[in-house]
Amino acid sequence: MASAGLEAEQTEEMTVREAIRETLREEMDRDEDVFLMGEDIATMGGVLDVTGELHKQFGKDRVRDTPIGESGFMGAATGAAATGSRPVVEIMFSDFLGVAMEQVMNQMAKMRYMFGGKTEMPVTVRTTEGGGMGAASQHSGTVHAWIAHFPGLLAVAPGTPAAAKGLLKSAIRSDDPVFFFENKMIYEQSGEVPTDEDFTIPLGEASVEREGEDVTVVATQRLVGESLSVADELDGETDVEVIDLRSLYPLDTDTIVESLNKTGRLVVADESPLSYGVHAEVMARAVENAFYSLDAPIQRVGVPDTHIPFSPPLEGEVLPDGEKVRDAIERIA
Amino acid sequence: MPSIDLETETGRKEALRRMLTIRWFDTTAGERFADGEIPGFVHLYIGEEAVGVGACAALEEDDYITSTHRGHGHCIAKGLDPKPMMAELYGKREGYCNGKGGSMHIADVDAGMLGANGIVGAGPPLGTGAALTIDRKGEDRVALSFLGDGAVAQGQVHSAANLAATWDLPVIFLVENNHYGEGTPVEEQHNVENLSATAGAYNVPGITVDGMDVTAVNEAVLEARERARAGDGPTFIEAETYRFHGHFEGDEELYREDDEVERWEARDPIDSFAERLMDRGELTDEGFEELTTEAKATIEEALEYARSAEEPTPEEAYDDMFAVEVPEITSFAQQLRADGSGPKGGER
Ligand SMILES: Cc1ncc(C[n+]2csc(CCOP(=O)(O)OP(=O)(O)O)c2C)c(N)n1
Repeated sequence: MASAGLEAEQTEEMTVREAIRETLREEMDRDEDVFLMGEDIATMGGVLDVTGELHKQFGKDRVRDTPIGESGFMGAATGAAATGSRPVVEIMFSDFLGVAMEQVMNQMAKMRYMFGGKTEMPVTVRTTEGGGMGAASQHSGTVHAWIAHFPGLLAVAPGTPAAAKGLLKSAIRSDDPVFFFENKMIYEQSGEVPTDEDFTIPLGEASVEREGEDVTVVATQRLVGESLSVADELDGETDVEVIDLRSLYPLDTDTIVESLNKTGRLVVADESPLSYGVHAEVMARAVENAFYSLDAPIQRVGVPDTHIPFSPPLEGEVLPDGEKVRDAIERIA
Repeated sequence: MPSIDLETETGRKEALRRMLTIRWFDTTAGERFADGEIPGFVHLYIGEEAVGVGACAALEEDDYITSTHRGHGHCIAKGLDPKPMMAELYGKREGYCNGKGGSMHIADVDAGMLGANGIVGAGPPLGTGAALTIDRKGEDRVALSFLGDGAVAQGQVHSAANLAATWDLPVIFLVENNHYGEGTPVEEQHNVENLSATAGAYNVPGITVDGMDVTAVNEAVLEARERARAGDGPTFIEAETYRFHGHFEGDEELYREDDEVERWEARDPIDSFAERLMDRGELTDEGFEELTTEAKATIEEALEYARSAEEPTPEEAYDDMFAVEVPEITSFAQQLRADGSGPKGGER
């Protein structure tokens, strides 16, 4: 399926944050129906400075500061999407999704199906995830497995600036609800991003970011970059293939299987709790579809089912990182 | 122009006709549910007809409504066709939701009906969202969200009301205070006497009207609609009413006394409105009989339609999850169907 190959296109170096902001700008320019809503996203530019000064260009009607009531504004986004708008909602920290979950799980996710296919639900929900800032348990969660697990919702989690742009475009243009999960530790990560205003990455396509013969690492978000560094470190020793999963649902089984047919070894690296999540799903697909290609036990790297603690040594203990990916590779290489 | 003008004789007759249609739709739904013909559960609107009809009459055709788990009356009041409604109760493909929604989820977005709802209090945020679309696109329409007295305790109702009030969105919140949330009386669920007091917290008008009087509800909604259209934001209306049946069909109603029910039944919103029309010389006993016969015939037809409509095929369970095809659904369905004959496509 898709590969990293962006060579043919015109690109520009930018950070994940800039890629997201420019994508929002381009999509708002392209389509009047697209508007942003969330807490402090206009005048303040968002607490993580993603929306920047977009309100200066588009006005506060299209970049809307909401009251602090996630259930109300998530519901309003849902009702707006059902009536011909294309809202892009920002949930400041993904931990706050809990407050809005009724509107997500029973309205947004179910309206199309329950109405016999007679409603569109073109809403995008952007939210930040992940530890690493000493923000403690209520501002560091990685909850994308809940959303990916829930029928009726699409979920993406880019690991590179280019993926951030391509996936956000697809999310905004999609007639289905798409959750766009941004890891807060990679906003400053930079890379080449296609300048084409119609550059999209189809929802449901993973990307082989580095080819290798010995071990496949299927990674997401921050762990994509960390896995690439590990792969470089191991160069000459173990030939590591790194896949940026990008789409959590739908999930690109074909790219994973193709890679496993070559390497026979799999590490899954994702910053969510280890039980019942993304790791388990990737492993299930691998076992269902590439069982006879597997030469070693599959390894998973993630959070050991704890919350994210505050104190830096504690936080460092539970957060997955490159070193843990490296250990996992070495266990099976 | 309101969809039904209660200032005119034709309008008043139409309002009466809709109330009777609701009454017979729900009477029939209750009977057929008791017979075991209708699956799931049904919540009837009998006794509350003046609220739905009074409110929807004040709206225009292209205004939006959101509804509750007790939604049949709202649908008919909004002008939905009883045939696909009844077919939906029967779980048939010809139903409004192709048999995927049932009694609690009837929707017709094209008619501005954004869904009955199985979640208590979920409608007001959706109505606020519809009003947001209206506001952003500069359209001349409004949204009205029905909610029960029980629903007023839900956090999302207040979150939505605050948003709508702060942004001056063209939405109306209409509380149907039928005095019970399932089996618990309203006094045991709220510390205020009038639920319209809620409006005070959002600095918008809050009024309580007689929900057994179709014109009183109508006037309140007309005024709220003007306010909404003028850009002055939401209004909170409480309509005092009563449901003559149990919370759901089959409810033993251990929570209330017969004489209370009888007192409210004596104020039947249909009879009292018909009497007023008779007093004005606009309706005779025979005329009322005729309207009743017509309403019964409409529902009889709907029932026939529903009974003879086709069942969806089991594979249709996999349709309509997304606008796009998702390979997971097709491949899992293929693997898991007993006869291996899942939907086409998504071959892996
Ligand atoms: C969130 C939620 N909680 C509980 C229920 C169960 N339930 C269904 S109807 C109902 C009572 C609702 O009362 P009210 O809002 O007054 O509406 P009414 O039934 O009187 O029309 C309850 C508790 C539900 N459907 N949704």
